[in-house]
Amino acid sequence: MASDLGLAVLILGVSVWTIAARDTFAAVVGFIAYGLLLALVWVRLAAPDVALTEAALGSGLTGGLLLSASTRLRRGEITAFGDKPPATSRLAAAVICIPVAAGVAEVVLLLPEPPPTLAASAAANMPSTGLGNPVTAVLMAYRAIDTLLEVVVVLIALLGVWSLASDRVWGGLPGLRYRPDPDSPLTFIAQLLVPVGILLGIHIFWIGSVAPGGEFQGATIIAAMWILTMLAGLADAPAVSRRGLRLLLVAGPAAFIAIGLLGFAMTGAFLGYPPDYAKLLILAIEVPLTLSIAGMLGLLVAGPPRRRMER
Amino acid sequence: MTLALDALTILAVSSGAVFFLAGTVGLLRFPDALSRLHALTKADNLGLGLIVFGLLFQMKGPSAALKLVSVWLLALLAGATVAQLIAHAARPGEPRQ
Amino acid sequence: MTAALYGLCSAALVGLGLYGFIVHPEPLRKILAFNLIGGGAFLLLGVVARRGAAMGFGGDPVPQALIITGLVVAFASTAVAVALLLCLPRESGRASLPSDAPAESAPDEGRH
Repeated sequence: MASDLGLAVLILGVSVWTIAARDTFAAVVGFIAYGLLLALVWVRLAAPDVALTEAALGSGLTGGLLLSASTRLRRGEITAFGDKPPATSRLAAAVICIPVAAGVAEVVLLLPEPPPTLAASAAANMPSTGLGNPVTAVLMAYRAIDTLLEVVVVLIALLGVWSLASDRVWGGLPGLRYRPDPDSPLTFIAQLLVPVGILLGIHIFWIGSVAPGGEFQGATIIAAMWILTMLAGLADAPAVSRRGLRLLLVAGPAAFIAIGLLGFAMTGAFLGYPPDYAKLLILAIEVPLTLSIAGMLGLLVAGPPRRRMER
Repeated sequence: MTLALDALTILAVSSGAVFFLAGTVGLLRFPDALSRLHALTKADNLGLGLIVFGLLFQMKGPSAALKLVSVWLLALLAGATVAQLIAHAARPGEPRQ
Repeated sequence: MTAALYGLCSAALVGLGLYGFIVHPEPLRKILAFNLIGGGAFLLLGVVARRGAAMGFGGDPVPQALIITGLVVAFASTAVAVALLLCLPRESGRASLPSDAPAESAPDEGRH
């Protein structure tokens, strides 16, 4: 109880810092710390899968994205950011936000007792899916259509990011070219950490069927290793118009949809799994899905194309 | 037996926490970036090592203990490398990146 | 009790994030505040999940899966927002949304 109180106070303190800091870079660092503390809160709320996702994606990749953005904006020496609103506007904003927060607090305090739960139905149907992790069962079996739509949304977001390239570099390479420096500690850690990280990502993906983990967490780690390799200059970003890259990105959702249509033939419902083959079908979806998501996440962090493709 | 193990855990984790506290005091009180980095990396690596050492007594098998130790080694690797990179960028007299 | 405490924390996060979203003029700070609101909303879902613990699970798995989906989509939307933000200096010559003062210059012509 005391540790929960301390954790809540810490999170609120870091959030206030994120909002109130003068320097944008400092605010982004506060945000990364906030994400990591939130991962601890997920552990306290008995949600280890969510904790893994929050630490890797919510704090890690989002933090990296925002850090690089704040450095690029600062380097562009944009100093005139528009005026901070006067004190009366800030007071009016606070007057709006306090009732909103109070409303959410009231919802929390008036949640129905006894708490409604779907855990019983989830547990009852898990043997037919062949999975041991209830969250993975929800993601890949009970609400598989939500996961399919989510992956398609990420792919469309990637298309949106790619479409922001200027005409000159359309279809080119995202990000700047990082020069490999053999003496740099970044090269050292990229060469040492990346194989370990890829193994770790595959492990977390694989074990997600019976223990906390899953394809999103594993894919995030693999994407982070790819980003590290690109940052160290050991590999260049692929051109976004390359067919092989596009096939890799589409392979996951395509396998998902194909197995969904196969469900029509086998059980008469989209994404229906016959009980004997459920685990096999879920695995057949998850393997290309992990690779596709890793590619999507890495490319989302890399950004829109900024260099022309070599002919 | 478990009482002795718990006592060892509490001792080791507390001393790890003391090292973390020392590192944070160094972060807040040292004058420039390089000395702060020094305080952070030395204290935090040793603090994490002591905490991991203390938690080893609570583990139920060798694989869990190995996972904890590998966490410590990975954190050591990441911390040392990032400290070197930040120190390179923050050297006095170098143009700011 | 733990869950209620974190629920109140989530309410505070939503309020803080909304305040930061309204008050800051720079787009990157607005994106940060937006993520704070998202974190508060996910925390509320997590509290609901924790309260639904039953059948030997620590929490109701359905809201937890919803949170994971939400986290991934929030990251994707943040990435698009940041990419749009980084296009802003290229298109308009400054990295801020124009204030509400009457326009001093002619509106930007489209690039195509």
